[in-house]
Amino acid sequence: MEGLILIGKPVISGKASGIALVSREPLSFWGGYDWKSGEITDRRHPLSGENAKGKVLVVPFTRGSSTTTAVLLEAIREGTAPAAIVTTATDFFFALASVVAGELYEKSFPLIALSESDFGMIKTGDQVEVMEDGKLIVN
Amino acid sequence: MTLNLSVKDQEMLKGAHGPATKMAMSILVRMAEVSGAKELLDISGAHIDSTVYIGDAGLEYAERLASLGAKVAVPTTLNVSGVDEHHWKEWAVPPLWAKQAHRQMVAYQSMGTIPTWTCAPYQTEMRPSFGQQIAWGESNAIVFANSVIGARTERYPDMFDVCCAITGRAPAIGLHLTENRAGKILLKLEGVSAELQASDDFYPVLGHYLGKISLDRIPVIEGMSIVPDDDQLKALGAAAASSGAVALFHMVGVTPEAPTVEAAFQGNSPEETIIVDMEILRQARRELTHADDARLDMVVLGSPHFSLAEYKTLAKLVEGKKKHKDVKFLVTSSRAMTQLAQQAGFLEAVQAFGAQITVDTCILTTPMLPKEIRFLMTNSAKFAYYAPGLLDKRIAFSSLADCVTSAVKGEIVRDETLWKG
Repeated sequence: MEGLILIGKPVISGKASGIALVSREPLSFWGGYDWKSGEITDRRHPLSGENAKGKVLVVPFTRGSSTTTAVLLEAIREGTAPAAIVTTATDFFFALASVVAGELYEKSFPLIALSESDFGMIKTGDQVEVMEDGKLIVN
Repeated sequence: MTLNLSVKDQEMLKGAHGPATKMAMSILVRMAEVSGAKELLDISGAHIDSTVYIGDAGLEYAERLASLGAKVAVPTTLNVSGVDEHHWKEWAVPPLWAKQAHRQMVAYQSMGTIPTWTCAPYQTEMRPSFGQQIAWGESNAIVFANSVIGARTERYPDMFDVCCAITGRAPAIGLHLTENRAGKILLKLEGVSAELQASDDFYPVLGHYLGKISLDRIPVIEGMSIVPDDDQLKALGAAAASSGAVALFHMVGVTPEAPTVEAAFQGNSPEETIIVDMEILRQARRELTHADDARLDMVVLGSPHFSLAEYKTLAKLVEGKKKHKDVKFLVTSSRAMTQLAQQAGFLEAVQAFGAQITVDTCILTTPMLPKEIRFLMTNSAKFAYYAPGLLDKRIAFSSLADCVTSAVKGEIVRDETLWKG
């Protein structure tokens, strides 16, 4: 089946694929993500209780704590991180986790920024393929 | 757009200043490119948030830099540690955790940093000055430095702060630059009494709302009838940086870049104007309470870390009183501030009341609370925001005075007088 193609900006390039987990609410990983399991634990967040391990996490940007990067790095080391993250704006916090994971463990993940309107085209449960050039194929 | 590096930046990147500086500079350059910076700028201070032990990845990062001989290039304070080295055995901290957290403290201390171990570095002698370019981590410290002091830092994540500290450089982006410090949205207080504005529980509530409504837009608050003190502004910023991504706010007539509304917006018009009335504030206050009955196991204070003035206020409130035997009462602060409080004679009453004091760390970052403690109360919106997710506890929010009254009574009591419609 031909999927929907969205052209994003590859903030950190890479290839990945997974099921989309989508929210319009920004997320803090500190206090919001259990790196031992991949569960989203911010009880005020719409994705609370969902597991993001291996998924394509689609959230506009990070909120709150400056410890989000550190928590995401733990998740990458543990193997409980999302396969890729899609945002609306270039998110410094997510990008840094990918850069440091590349430096320490050679395990960076793709981070793609989409326009507001394209961001709204992805629904939870969609199969998303992330291409090296920032293109997303959504089925 | 390409990133222009100075000759010294390029030397650092090539390794001419040692392998740790090379690693720090390569992360810095990669991130400067990601953020679209045209150049790096000099900083004259840093605050490292990544001192908190979360897991082994953060520890491995710190020890990698330390083992490569990392040294900071500018005066650098350290954020809370993962463990209170002196008191952890009194709590439920697992020994392995304490050991790893201690290793992480040692790694960051070995870099020639100043071991302040506090999330409120702006209340130490290392407080930056107006206009100073700095690279700070820790969301509450960032918003305080930018808003209340007028120092300039972007909202830097853990692990990036140390790269700036080692190289003495930061990307010339965001809040480092004057044009990006203009207000974007206007919040007008209406019908908020001066009595409520003077009370300490107004600020966390306003901050909680501010974070949610602003997201990452710079808010300007108008309509204050009093000038709040540092601790009130600290509570406001910490709350706004928890419920939102606020790294800078302006308060007209109070904060240094906002002598007038026009100045706060740098002559631009607000993108949006929002009236903040009592209905909105009451709703925000309700959201901070995550407990539905009066049960109380423990009162937690000091997020951000207690200041000397807060110790003084608490000492007055608890004088001659004794907490209920079934309720724990915890204050978190830095060891330096606690030492000062002792010298000032504030600790005696606090300890006679039955309070315990934990220094250097934070209950949100160290696994110190035993399982049987389930119902917490706090005067901090930041604690109230994070405790349900991080600690899996129920939490109630109210004023410092209510926290003391509740601890004496053994159940949650909240004075509604100032909040009534």
